[in-house]
Amino acid sequence: MDSATSHRNGETDARPPLGSKAANGLKIVVVGGFGVGKTTMVKSVSDIRPLNTEETMTRAGEGIDDPSQVEEKTTTTIAFDFGRISLDATTVLYLFGAPGQERFWFLWDSLFRGTLGAVVLVDTRRLADSWYAIDRLEQRGTPFIVARNDFGGPRHSETQVREALDLSEGVPVVECDARSRGSSRDVLVALVDHLYTLASSAAEARRSST
Amino acid sequence: MRRPGRDDDPDRLYTVTGGRSRSGSDTFDLVTLVVSESEPVAGMQSEYAEILRICRSPTAVVEVASLLGLPVSIVRILLADLHAQGRITARHPRTGESADELPDPEILKQVLVGLRNLTPER
Repeated sequence: MDSATSHRNGETDARPPLGSKAANGLKIVVVGGFGVGKTTMVKSVSDIRPLNTEETMTRAGEGIDDPSQVEEKTTTTIAFDFGRISLDATTVLYLFGAPGQERFWFLWDSLFRGTLGAVVLVDTRRLADSWYAIDRLEQRGTPFIVARNDFGGPRHSETQVREALDLSEGVPVVECDARSRGSSRDVLVALVDHLYTLASSAAEARRSST
Repeated sequence: MRRPGRDDDPDRLYTVTGGRSRSGSDTFDLVTLVVSESEPVAGMQSEYAEILRICRSPTAVVEVASLLGLPVSIVRILLADLHAQGRITARHPRTGESADELPDPEILKQVLVGLRNLTPER
């Protein structure tokens, strides 16, 4: 099996093993259009060279677009990248680069189950590429922030970006350079800060209602 | 970069899992950490043996899939088999009370500390 060979050929060296106490795997998803820098961002902060894997989905017709096709089953295969960051002895954060296009929606549901939150990475020259991703996140109730990857094009004000994306007031917008480890880390910090604020006020609301 | 498993003959994937196409459970999340509880034994199907080798240190399901060059759904089936035989244990993600709710603030605080400790340069 050639994949096993490549594993023995040194993949293990490129993949420092997790400590024996590692017990809690968490996920954050980076979504965005093609070429927006998802893999670059994952690579910038990951402890390991990003790995690539794939998921196949067999979809039966039930509950899907066209009820006349109930008999049909389609298998779709899509590839995605991921990296990981060891946060402490027990906690490991996995970062997934997810394609934002509409035809991958079925993968999103699998990836986003149990995710902490999402970073929507945008290229301000092609904001429309992220409309679908944002719709989908809002629909799912997955908390997210928007990160503008700086491609050195014309500057847009934050207000312009907010309007173009029709963002709710509470959604943070940050700037970043996905090639920079420090900048990509700051994007993740901004997301988790946002999540912490949301989760703390939700916990507070639960306490005061009982 | 080769897309793992992409060029594989579907028949091969069918054979790997003994003809099953689904694991029938969502036990193994993409980030569930898998740990071997035994060593490979002679005559064991090569994919099982490889999983037991990879998981000598805790390894996420998605990493196992990538290293084996197999789709995640196939790997979930293989893991379910090994789990049923007591050859691996699974450490499932803990984010809070339920997957549909916001994560536990304490876990988020822990994540923030870890992220802030990352050096800006390698």
